[in-house]
This record gives sequence, C-alpha cells and structure tokens, in this order.
Amino acid sequence: MKLTLKIWRQKNSNDKGGIQTYPIDNVSEHMSFLEMMDVLNEQLITQGTDPIAFDHDCREGICGMCSMYINGEAHGPDRGVTTCQLHMRKFKDGDTIYIEPFRAKGFPVIKDLVVDRTAFDRIQHAGGFVSVNTSGNTQDANAIPIPKDDADKAFDAATCIGCGACVASCKNASAMLFVSAKVSQFSLLPQGKVEAKRRVLNMVEQMDKEGFGNCTNTGACEVECPKGISLENIARMNREYLKASLASD
Amino acid sequence: MATLDSKIPEGPLKDKWTNHKNHINVVNPANKRAIDVIIVGTGLAGGSAAASLAEMGYSVKAFCFQDSPRRAHSIAAQGGINAAKNYQNDGDSTFRLFYDTVKGGDYRAREANVYRLAEVSANIIDQCVAQGVPFARDYGGLLDNRSFGGVLVSRTFYAKGQTGQQLLLGAYSAMNRQIGKGKIKMYNRHEMLELVMVDGKARGIIARNLVTGEVERHSAHAVVIASGGYGNVFFLSTNAMGSNVTAAWRVHKKGAYFANPCYTQIHPTCIPRSGDYQSKLTLMSESLRNDGRIWVPKNMKDVEAIRNGSKKPVELSEEERDYYLERRYPAFGNLVPRDVASRAAKERCDAGYGVNATGEAVYLDFASAIMRYGKEQATIQHEHDASDARIKELGTKVIENKYGNLFQMYEKITDDNPYKTPMMIYPAVHYTMGGIWVDYNLMTTIPGCYATGEANFSDHGANRLGASALMQGLADGYFVLPYTIGDYLAGDIRTGAIPTDSPEFDEAEKSVVDRLNKFINNKGTKSVDHFHKLLGKVMWDKVGMARDEKGLKEAIAEIRQIREDFHKDVFVPGTVNEFNPELEKATRVEDFLELGELFAMDALERTESCGGHFREESKTEEGEAKRDDDNFAYVAAWEWTGDPGKAKLHKEELTFNDIELKQRSYK
Repeated sequence: MKLTLKIWRQKNSNDKGGIQTYPIDNVSEHMSFLEMMDVLNEQLITQGTDPIAFDHDCREGICGMCSMYINGEAHGPDRGVTTCQLHMRKFKDGDTIYIEPFRAKGFPVIKDLVVDRTAFDRIQHAGGFVSVNTSGNTQDANAIPIPKDDADKAFDAATCIGCGACVASCKNASAMLFVSAKVSQFSLLPQGKVEAKRRVLNMVEQMDKEGFGNCTNTGACEVECPKGISLENIARMNREYLKASLASD
Repeated sequence: MATLDSKIPEGPLKDKWTNHKNHINVVNPANKRAIDVIIVGTGLAGGSAAASLAEMGYSVKAFCFQDSPRRAHSIAAQGGINAAKNYQNDGDSTFRLFYDTVKGGDYRAREANVYRLAEVSANIIDQCVAQGVPFARDYGGLLDNRSFGGVLVSRTFYAKGQTGQQLLLGAYSAMNRQIGKGKIKMYNRHEMLELVMVDGKARGIIARNLVTGEVERHSAHAVVIASGGYGNVFFLSTNAMGSNVTAAWRVHKKGAYFANPCYTQIHPTCIPRSGDYQSKLTLMSESLRNDGRIWVPKNMKDVEAIRNGSKKPVELSEEERDYYLERRYPAFGNLVPRDVASRAAKERCDAGYGVNATGEAVYLDFASAIMRYGKEQATIQHEHDASDARIKELGTKVIENKYGNLFQMYEKITDDNPYKTPMMIYPAVHYTMGGIWVDYNLMTTIPGCYATGEANFSDHGANRLGASALMQGLADGYFVLPYTIGDYLAGDIRTGAIPTDSPEFDEAEKSVVDRLNKFINNKGTKSVDHFHKLLGKVMWDKVGMARDEKGLKEAIAEIRQIREDFHKDVFVPGTVNEFNPELEKATRVEDFLELGELFAMDALERTESCGGHFREESKTEEGEAKRDDDNFAYVAAWEWTGDPGKAKLHKEELTFNDIELKQRSYK
C-alpha cells in the first residue's frame, strides 16, 4: 500500500506545533499501525531527521500506553482495539491518514504524539484503593463469597487500561468513563464498600481539579473505549456520588 | 571480593523461613522514617515492594520508565497465578507446589527459596482479594481455579485473560494510597542509568528524566532492582518494547554477579511472525492448552496442500492429524511444561511439518473442546436430542466465556476466526529465569543492593512453570523483601540522609553524561534498531531453542563484531536534553550487546541440557533433554571483570535434601 500520512509534530510542550506530510510506500496490510510508524521512523532516521515520538510499550493492547488520534478517532477506525492492535488492513491503498495526539486540557502534549496522562494517576491517588496494608493475616480469600454477577461486573469495570481514549473522544474532554470504572470496580465488591463514600467524593473532586469536563451523555467514550467499558458505570458513579453527597449517616 | 554465601537458614526446610523471620533484625517504626529505599521498576515485584515498604514506614522512591507505574510489563501476563490453597480438594499443598516448581525447573533452583515461595503463595491470594482484585468466581461466589502446564492439580487463580493487569492494578492501588500520603515519591518516565556506590555499599542511582532529558542524582540507604527480565536481547520476544536489562546490567558492572544468563523460557503458544517489519511477538495464554489440542498434519502432502491453500485444516480427518504432544507424552499430553512443548513444536517444524508459509507454525485446535462443552451444556439444559450444530453453538459459548478476549486478540492480529479454524502458534522468547544472583535475603553481591521478581535468578531454576512468575513477583515484593531488607537497614538507623554531592555521585553522573553525549556525537549511519535486529537474529539462530558448541562459539564472535560496529556506526538523532526515544533505545541496546555475549558464554559452559537450556550434545536416544547432575548441579554466577568475554565464573553448588533428583519425565 501507498499512503499519505499527515502527522502532528510538536517539539515540546511550549512549541505551537503543526501538521506535516509524510508519504510512505510498501506498507503491508499485515502490519500493525505502530509497525507502520516504525518503518516511517526508520526512514526518517536514515535521512538524518528527527523521528516521530509516540508512546507505546506492550504492543498487545493491555498496557494502555499507545494513544494516537487517527482520522478523528482515538485508536483509529477499528472497534475494541488500541492503536497497537490496529492493523493496516483497515486502510486502503492511496489513503490519507491524519495522526494527532490525544487532545484534552488534562492531557498536555509532551512531544509530537506523546501526551502527559499523569492526571489519571493523581485521580487514583485520591481514592482508587482499598485501605488494606500488606499482611500475611488478612482473612482467607474465600471468607466472603461474592455473587458471580457482582464479581463479573467488577471485573468488567476493572478491565479499563487507563489509556485516555474516553477523554480524547469526548467533546467535553470528560474523564467520567475512566473514573466511574474505578469507582464501580470497588463499589461492587464488599472489600471496597467500606470506603465507598469517601472514595467517590475524593476522586470526583480530583477529577474536576485536573480540568476534565463534565459528562453530557453523548456516549462517544463508550464507542471508542478499547475495552468496551460500559456507560452504566457512569450511572453507577452518579448514584454513588449522590448517595455520598446527600444522604446522612 | 564478594563471596557466594547464599545465607540459607539452618533447620528443617519447612521451618527455615519462620525461624529466619524470627531471628533477623528489625527497624523500629520511628527509625524507618529516616531510611530511604529506592525501587527501580514498578511491576508486580517493584510495585508490591514499594507499597509494602511505605506502609511499614520507610521513605520510598520508586522509578519507572513508563508514563505510569500501572503500565509495567507484568500487566501483560494473561493466564493466572499459582497458590497452594487446595480449594479444589485435589491434594494440593505447600510441599506439592514446592515439588512441582523444583521439578519443573529441572532441579536447578534453590530448595529453600522455592519452599518459601510455596509457603507464602496462599497469602498472596488473600492479600489480593482484600485489595479488591476481581478474580474469577463460580456461582457459589467462591474463587475459581484452572490448571496449567507441568502440574497435576488445579491451583491457578485467574481473572479471565488479564490476571497480570488485575494483580498489577492491585499493587498499583496500594502504591497510590502511599503516594497520596507522600510515603512513596513516584518518578514516572525516569530511567535508571547507573548505580552509585559509597564505601562499597549501594547508596543511590543516577536516573534520566525521559521528558526533559535531565540527568538526576537520587540517594538512598538501599536500592532494589525490580526491573524485570532481558528477553528483548532476542529483539523479537513477547516482552514489551521498552523491557530492558539496563538496570540489572548496570549493577552487574558494579559488582553484582549475574546468574544463569542462558536460562530463557521459550513460550510454546505465541502468534507466529508474519514479516520482517515485525516489532514484537504476541503470546496466547498457556491456559489455552487446557482445552486446545496441538497438532500438525501426519502426511507431507497435506502440509503442502495447506501451505498452498488448496486444503483447509478443518478438512483433515482425525487419522490425518498428528497430535504429537499426546503421542509423545501421554501422561501430560497438551499440558507438558513450556520447554518440552516448545521443543516438540520445533522438532515437527524442523522436520518440515510447519503449517504456514514460513514453515514455523503448528495448530492449536479447539474443535473437540467445543463439542465436549457443548454436549455438557446440552445435558444441563435438557436438550437431549440437540443437533451437532446446536452442540457446537453451546460449546462455542463456553469457550467464549473462558477465553473470549484471547480469541478476539488473535482474530484482530491474524484476521482468522479461531472459533472456526484452528489457531496457528509457534514458540517465542517470553521470560528469563536467569538474572542477578541474590542470597536468601534477595540481596545481590553488592551490600544494600537487592533484586526481586524476574530480575533475580532465584526461584525457577532452568524452566519456569506457567502462572509462577506472578506468584514470585508478588511473593518477593509483599512477603519476602519487606522483612529481609530490615535485617540490613537495621545497621543504617544512625547513618542519616545520604548526601548526593559526594565524589562518588559526581563520578557516576559524569559517566552517564559522557555515555549519552557519546551517542549523540557519534554521527554514524545506522539506526539503533538495525543493530538490535542483528543481535536478535544471532541470538535466535544460535542461542535459541537448541544450542551447540559450534553455534555458540560463532555467536560469541558475531556478537562482539556487532558490538564493535554498533559503537562505530550507530546514529542517534536529536539531543540529550529532550524527550528522545532513540537515545533511550541506544543505551538499552548497548547493554544488550554486552549481555548477549555473557549469555552465549554461559550456554557454552553448561554442556548439559536442562529446562529451557537444550544442548544438542546432551540428549537421550529419544531426543529428550539429558541433565548432568554430577557436573552441573550448580548456579553459574558470573563476575564482571571489564569485558563480558572475560567474566569470571563462580559456582554455587545446589544441594537437594528434601527432593530426590530424577530425570524429568512427562510421559
């Protein structure tokens, strides 16, 4: 395949940045999108120019490090995948592909396609945990049976890989899908219920401080989420938040 | 000079750890605040240690090169974590887990370490459940188990196909709690490039801030290396792109012995490579071997027909298929340990029976499992006259529930539907059992420098059993290091903060800055990847699944040549003082090029076959690996002497008091 790539270049967080055009030839349909980027970078290096910086690590869709905005969609046109799992067979010979970083106030650009997502870490510092110390004396793992349905729902919420596609896809740059997945995982499990109130209040407060927008129920986040995190989690978080804010003890 | 004292406690095997814990020094809570510990790496081993040490009161500084500790490569582990809980009432016990692990490791691990691992395994599951890790459960609400290769019980706990992510998120959440309290200072996007030693002790690191490029000094009373394995020395592996040996190699060059570098695990079930542009290989969880049957065609004409597309694998009858694992190993069948399964696949493909264009693929087939589960479901749902199509539909649903995300991943990569046609798989480098030598306390031969998880060598011998990596990482971090490190740090309660303006820090920083500048100023003509790929090819061809003297000697010479060319001709664009991924790669590949040579030397020196290390010269008449306990029942610990080719070998003899050494058999 022969492609034209329009890629966002930005030297650092202070640079204004802009789109540059790169033609690329001999792209195999079996390549992953990032392998195509590797080939382009190898060409740029051979020409003695600065390769395109992009985040990536596991290349099997689980670390959540890769983060491109491809033709106006987080992780590109395929569904249920991260950019590293996107394959070139989803494109056609002669296509022009626009590649940009995730854009959100909460995710400042570091360089080219690399953004700073530490806001997600800080939201979790505020409450994304169960307060239990390491000890060889916690109770037996089977001491509290957990209904399979709850355990499965908690697992589904916990599959979030923290990539930030939800934020990038949202017109309000809202982080509600991400935060609600974390809140849901813990609130569905007996171990997490003890601190549920404190957790949801603190995490939502931190989310707001980081400059993420609010949720207006457009659902783009759910569509673009590589792990299929459901909007139900946002509803659950709203219930948790209301309960924690309004109900007295 | 450092000596090899493994510090294994006296007494009966089952009491060693308890007695040891009861008698080592502890640091009182008020003093812990004044003690700093640096942890390099935030996977299961590093993350769990960081959280636990901070909870105990130490001041922890944790480092990872990723943008968040949650992304460390432990996250990619799929199948599960072992623990001797005996929830399935199949006779599991601490001893049985210990026994399976030593046997699975082909009797090349330390008895005392492995027993301790088995002993704390059950605590790990308790701890993780308390943290809110959503393990799979059955309808009664209790934890579910599956079985893995090389064992005869079901002791593997799992969270669908992403057990690693769920356990890492557990450790990460425990870290978050301590980061929020200020007890852990987290350094994301930082890479350790040097160890700093003061008066013969590990006292800090030099790290580069990968965003600004700034070279920083960090001091501490102890340094823990939890930086994972070095499988990327092969260029293509299932490791993440960033996984590297640098932290481990830097402490090796400062005096920590490197043990058994040649022990590499080649995982049998990975997606075969598709082209030269390939950047990494993807693992399909070993749990698939619970239900998948591995085969190649019996007849060469079918192999050819499949390769040229005139026949489909599903068209072959049972008689036309060679289920070679079931044929060769009737007792364990498709669930033989990884090393055995990988070599058997290579044997068939070398004989010409590989089923894809490259000749490097075998089938992993779920058709019989789908029918078996379908019949079971039909009975449960009282559909006694269900058609084959209906049975298939019901069975497919069961398989989807068990492995859905893995099947989806396979389909996304290969564009093949594994519910309808068998998966194609081939072995790939996955894990390194070798690593930094540590004593029973997990301390390296450098005082105050520890190594945990995959970065050390201690628990898996020459082959690791499935679902044991997660167990070891968390055992080290939650339940071993937090105790043993106190024994050392008790001597530091009056030391006070370690200054970073000492000549030792000056010198270490200068060496790092010089190294980085050398790359930028080199102005060669070839990319870092160019050399990494050359190294990987030599490693795979000559130091891979089967090794012989001639190939290993060639490999050593070739690696030296590649290293020389690399230093002469590598081109690293950009500058030191900016976000520069090529510069990161350059320092990592420089270290891989040294490790690769030591790796081949170690393989050359060990003329026996054991576990993942297979020497052509040492096999039985049937072609199975032949161990040589009389001459090789030792840990090979290598000391740096200024050149990887001149490393000095030290031997730690392995003694087995509680297990009888046998030639491994899974027949």
